[in-house]
Amino acid sequence: MTATAATRAVPPATDQTAPAIQTYGLTKRFGRHLAVNDIDLMVPTGSVFGFLGPNGSGKTTTIRMLLGLITPNAGQVDLLGLRMPRGAPRALPRVGSLVEGPAFHPYLSGLDNLRRLDACDATTAPASRARRITAALDRVGLRAAENKRYRQYSLGMKQRLGIAAALLQPRELLVLDEPTNGLDPQGTREVRTLIREVAADGMTVLISSHLLAEIEQVATHVGIMSAGTLLRQGSLDTVLGSDGLAVTVRTTHPAAAAATLARLGVSAPVIDALTGTLTAQLGRVPADSVAPALVAAGIPITGLTVARPALEDFFMGLTGEGFDVAG
Amino acid sequence: MSPASPTIAARTLPSANQRVERQPGALRRLLVSEIVMVFRRRRNLALLGLLAAAPLAIGIAVKVATPHGAGDGPQFLGQVSGNGLFLVFTALTITLPLLLPLLVGVVAGDAVAGEAGSGTLRYLLTIPVPRTRLLGAKAVGIFVYASVAVLTVGVVGVIVGGALFGLHPMTLLSGDTISLGSGLLRTLEVVVYVIATLTGYLAIGLFISTLTEVPVAAMAATVGVAIVAAVLDQVPQLGSLRNALFTHHWLGFGEILRLNIAWSTLLSWLGLQLAYVVLFGTAAWARFTTSDITS
Repeated sequence: MTATAATRAVPPATDQTAPAIQTYGLTKRFGRHLAVNDIDLMVPTGSVFGFLGPNGSGKTTTIRMLLGLITPNAGQVDLLGLRMPRGAPRALPRVGSLVEGPAFHPYLSGLDNLRRLDACDATTAPASRARRITAALDRVGLRAAENKRYRQYSLGMKQRLGIAAALLQPRELLVLDEPTNGLDPQGTREVRTLIREVAADGMTVLISSHLLAEIEQVATHVGIMSAGTLLRQGSLDTVLGSDGLAVTVRTTHPAAAAATLARLGVSAPVIDALTGTLTAQLGRVPADSVAPALVAAGIPITGLTVARPALEDFFMGLTGEGFDVAG
Repeated sequence: MSPASPTIAARTLPSANQRVERQPGALRRLLVSEIVMVFRRRRNLALLGLLAAAPLAIGIAVKVATPHGAGDGPQFLGQVSGNGLFLVFTALTITLPLLLPLLVGVVAGDAVAGEAGSGTLRYLLTIPVPRTRLLGAKAVGIFVYASVAVLTVGVVGVIVGGALFGLHPMTLLSGDTISLGSGLLRTLEVVVYVIATLTGYLAIGLFISTLTEVPVAAMAATVGVAIVAAVLDQVPQLGSLRNALFTHHWLGFGEILRLNIAWSTLLSWLGLQLAYVVLFGTAAWARFTTSDITS
């Protein structure tokens, strides 16, 4: 990506790269059921895009359309700047994907399953196959179990093998549909770490989930689906609103702290005398100005948190319904 | 550059595009992988073993049985004890109506439906393997398996027949006798004919396999089609309609065992298979290249 910028005659900043994913009026109907309704999804290059929504909200159908598995009834998909499905032979080799859980041949080992996939890939060099497979298995920590039959793998190991398959060759975009399904907390943490790593390498990541808390920790951007419609999308701050941030101060002098915050422009701090905490909506006050002001006023602080409302609360506010309800 | 959207310039990263190039030998690797997958399946190997047991069992039965009158039992059975080569033809006559269609139907029905059922289809298609190419590879895999199956009957038949009854110059159906070498060549021709005559059925199986995500259903339906065709073939009231059944000329390999082979007849029979291949091959292609992969 940086190489492109260097060889190119300084294009306008907004035009530097096409979005990794862009859809126009994407619509899919199954019989009378409108699974995906006219969505214009835009996943910027280099982002970690959290694709959120309850089960049944159309996330997987959208992802299948992005990858050319399902033909839309209306609308277009541009994947890495290439119009699908015609661009598939050139776009898809640059996309690693995990769609609706891993799927492999149960009677083959993890290693043989990856060999099979790589042998079917017209764009990979057989000479580097062994090295690439080893690297992918290493990355997900499956080397020790590579010769076990897939059928004997635990759910977590299966999921890892799926991610290894997605990383069999260098990718520009990783599409992960519910990648932490069936993983224990340790596995979930590992997947998060992996996502941060590949994102740091410059890969764009689209990660879908119905677990909001999980996405919040890694995503730079989010898109929120409900009942086939894309309700909101954009950077985490844009979607959630930075003025939605709330500050919680734990102190032995809550009244003095409240006065200091009021001087900063924070309105209506609420004091909980019992726990010695003070909570307030930050509004337009910069989050990083709170601590210095309190310290300067000589107020002893035992704890300070600035947090946005959880995505889950945000979603509830947006749709008026619980997140785990199928839409 | 393919035409991208009007709002987004048709740009992709040049460095990346250089990487997305077909490597030499890609098609060969796909085909080899497909064939290996068919033969790594233990079920498919077990079925081949079962098939190989047929000539063995027939040979032993003929060896230990008391001689019986000519015309008893299936075609060619009477000649087996005189010339081991006939064990091949007897075994084919016995396995063609049921065992061979079962074997081939299982593998053909499983071809696409099996991948769909296990979910591996979506990962093959997003590699991406273009759908037409994948269907072609599946067809090749099925064809190779069917060929190996028929060859198995031929090879085991010659070996067992030779061991139990000896291989001798062959007396043809026309009464002429040809040398052992010519007899072996005729046997090979019979094997090739039987393979070719199964192709219409293979295409039907492949088509059925594109219709469902449940491999067992596809296998059962494919084998069922062969059984229904064989049953219809036994209904004389259907008259010449039976000539259009893909099973009708399966046992026509006897024509090859005459001094002067009626090639035009054989070719017209194989032409029928070609028609089935074109018809169901096209149907399979039309279905598979347009279906939504939701499995």
